[in-house]
Parts: sequence; C-alpha cells; structure tokens
Amino acid sequence: MAALNLRLSAPEVLIDITGLSELAGIRVVGDRLRIGALARHREVEISDLVNRHTPLIAQAMPHVAHPAIRNRGTFGGSIAFADPCAELPACVIALGADIEIAGAAGRRRLGAQEFFTGVYETALQPGEVVTAVEVPMRAPGFHSAFAELARRHGDYAIIGLAAHGCCHSGRWRELRLAFFGAGPKPLRAVRAEARLVGGNLVAGAVAEAKSDLAEDLDPFDDVHATAATKLYLAGVLLERVVGTLVR
Amino acid sequence: MDHFVSVSMTVNDERIERRVEARTHLVDFLRAELGLLSARVGCEHGVCGACTVRVDGEIVRGCLTLAVQLAGARVETIEHLSETGEIADLQRAFYERNAVQCGYCTVGMLMTAAELVRTRPHADRAAIREYLSGNYCRCTGYQAIVDAVASVLEQRKQASL
Repeated sequence: MAALNLRLSAPEVLIDITGLSELAGIRVVGDRLRIGALARHREVEISDLVNRHTPLIAQAMPHVAHPAIRNRGTFGGSIAFADPCAELPACVIALGADIEIAGAAGRRRLGAQEFFTGVYETALQPGEVVTAVEVPMRAPGFHSAFAELARRHGDYAIIGLAAHGCCHSGRWRELRLAFFGAGPKPLRAVRAEARLVGGNLVAGAVAEAKSDLAEDLDPFDDVHATAATKLYLAGVLLERVVGTLVR
Repeated sequence: MDHFVSVSMTVNDERIERRVEARTHLVDFLRAELGLLSARVGCEHGVCGACTVRVDGEIVRGCLTLAVQLAGARVETIEHLSETGEIADLQRAFYERNAVQCGYCTVGMLMTAAELVRTRPHADRAAIREYLSGNYCRCTGYQAIVDAVASVLEQRKQASL
C-alpha cells in the first residue's frame, strides 16, 4: 500500500486476497511450523506455537512496525515485499525456511536464501503469490537471538541481525547469521559464521568474525547512516547477539 | 483509468453505501466522501500514525487500507469514541497535561492510547512509549503525552480496585 501511495507501484489490476482462508492460520506440519501468508503480524506475535517452536520469529515480532500496522499487516506480505531492512526476511533465512509459492502453473517451494534476490525483488514470477512459509521447528540444543538498531522503535532497521545456532561447551556446532539493512537483501555472514564454527575459543573468534563482516556485508549510505557506520554497528550487534547464544 | 466499486460498511454505527474509486484509501474515503475530518493525512505511507482509525475493533493505518477492502467492516473514528465517552478520561488527561500543541497528531495518539489502555492495563512508561512509537508528534516531545496516558492507566487501576 505504501508503494501505491508513493506511486512507486502502479498495477493495472490489484486483487484483494484477504478473504482466502487457505492462506490463513499457523499450524504444525510434521517437523515444521507452517505460517500462512495471511497470518497477521499480531496473530504471529501472540501465537503460542510461534513462541514455542520458532522463538527467533517471536523475538522479532515486537520490532515489526507498530501496533496499528501489526493488526493488519501479514507475514506473507512482509516476505513478498522483501524490504532489505525488514526483520522477517532475515529471520526466515536464519531459520532455513521454505517459501511456498502458487501460480497459474502450479505450486513450488523455494528456500528462503534463493527467494530474496534484491531490493524489493524476489524470485516470484508474474502471476505468482506467496501462500505460506514453512519454518523448521527449533531442534534441541538450538537457540536464537535477535537484535536491531532503529531510530524509533518499530521502524525499519538501520541494521539488524537474526541469529540461530547450536553452541555446546563454548564450541559452535552450527550458526546462521542473517543481517538485514546490510545490503540489497538480507545477507548471511558466511565468513563470520565459518570463523565462529571453526574456532576453538568463542571470545577470540568473535573479534575475528567482526572483521569478516566487511567482506560478508554490503551496506550502503542512506539518510540514517553511512555504509561505514552500518558496518561498525553490524559488528556491535554481532558481539551482542553471539554473546547471548554462547552456552 | 478509473475503476469504481460499490462498497458498504458501518461507520460510527451508521450503515454507509458508496461507489468508491478502487484506489481510494480509507482516510481519504472518510474525509472526502463522508466528511469525517478527524483522521488526518500525514505521511501517507504508514510512518506517522495521524490517520489511525479503528476497523473491527482494532486500530489500523487509514492510509494503508483501501476503502474497497472494508466491505462489511465496522469502522470507528474518534467522533464515535468521543460520543460514547469511551476516551473521556484520556481526552481530559491530554488537556490537563498539555499533551496537545498543534493537535495534528492528537487524534491518532488518542486512538492508539485508547487501544493501549484497553489491552495493556499494566503498561509502564517504557511500554507506553513502545506502544505509541508508531505515532509521530512534532510539537510536544512526547513527555506530556506519556504522562497523560500513564495517569489514565493509574486512574483506571484505582477505579477498578
């Protein structure tokens, strides 16, 4: 809607899908949590299933816009809109979720990593819609952490980090670091991840992982901060978030 | 290209039926079509909160909702909340604490504050600030607004004892 008001988007046809009950609801399917594209942010925010099985998303929800927007905005809408500074695209990447897509040619699924392609750009083809997101439920030993910096609570982030991993006796077994506001789309900090997972002692590795971010991330200057500031702040978030995940 | 669609909804307890251009958002509809001027058009992209109104009992951004999407919906503006007395205490507190200067944001602030005091009776100052974070005020610096909302929460708590 904001893009329509700003005349950034001028579609010839606009279809209201709000009434499609098949796209609504949140439920467990096997070892995954299926979040319908039309599940509203408020519904996700207070969902016991989300809180229990995908705590990363539960942690992110209070940062997704403001109450009046969360009452109407949808999970699928945020994914399909693909704002590079939005919380949920980074969360679904950190969690290795699948995006379920439907179009005239049928249904298909795409890993979150492949779904986001650029600034407001996704792998959706003309005529396709997101129908649901399927998120692997948190496995034993895995923990999540979320942090973002914004001028005002609820705004799109200047920089943010969604992290999910498994750390045991100070050693990382697995770790995914998905930054948002750090490039044209949510970006995994793959070098920093590898450094931490391969490292022996967590404390020393974090400093090195921070320096990896310069290569992992691709922030740009905007009205809120320069690229250099964002890169610095990404390091601050990395330290905070990784600190809370160490076991 | 103009596309008009018939839509009927309830606005402030009154049944409304209109032919509306598909692209008209709710706040333009309320102001231009129905003459209800309380909800304001500020940023028109969901940032400022001046257009906050209620749809089916929950606050929404009037600028991010199309009127044609609201077939069968129940829309309430501050005229209604004011008439029923639901927010009389909030209005009084805003007045007494000088939480109003130019007034442009005030309606949206009150709509949001009304939902806060209804759904979060135990909110502290930090929670009030977080809840009101989606409403910009360029005059007051927020302190007086937070004071006003906090005092109403306290009054309501006392009254329910």
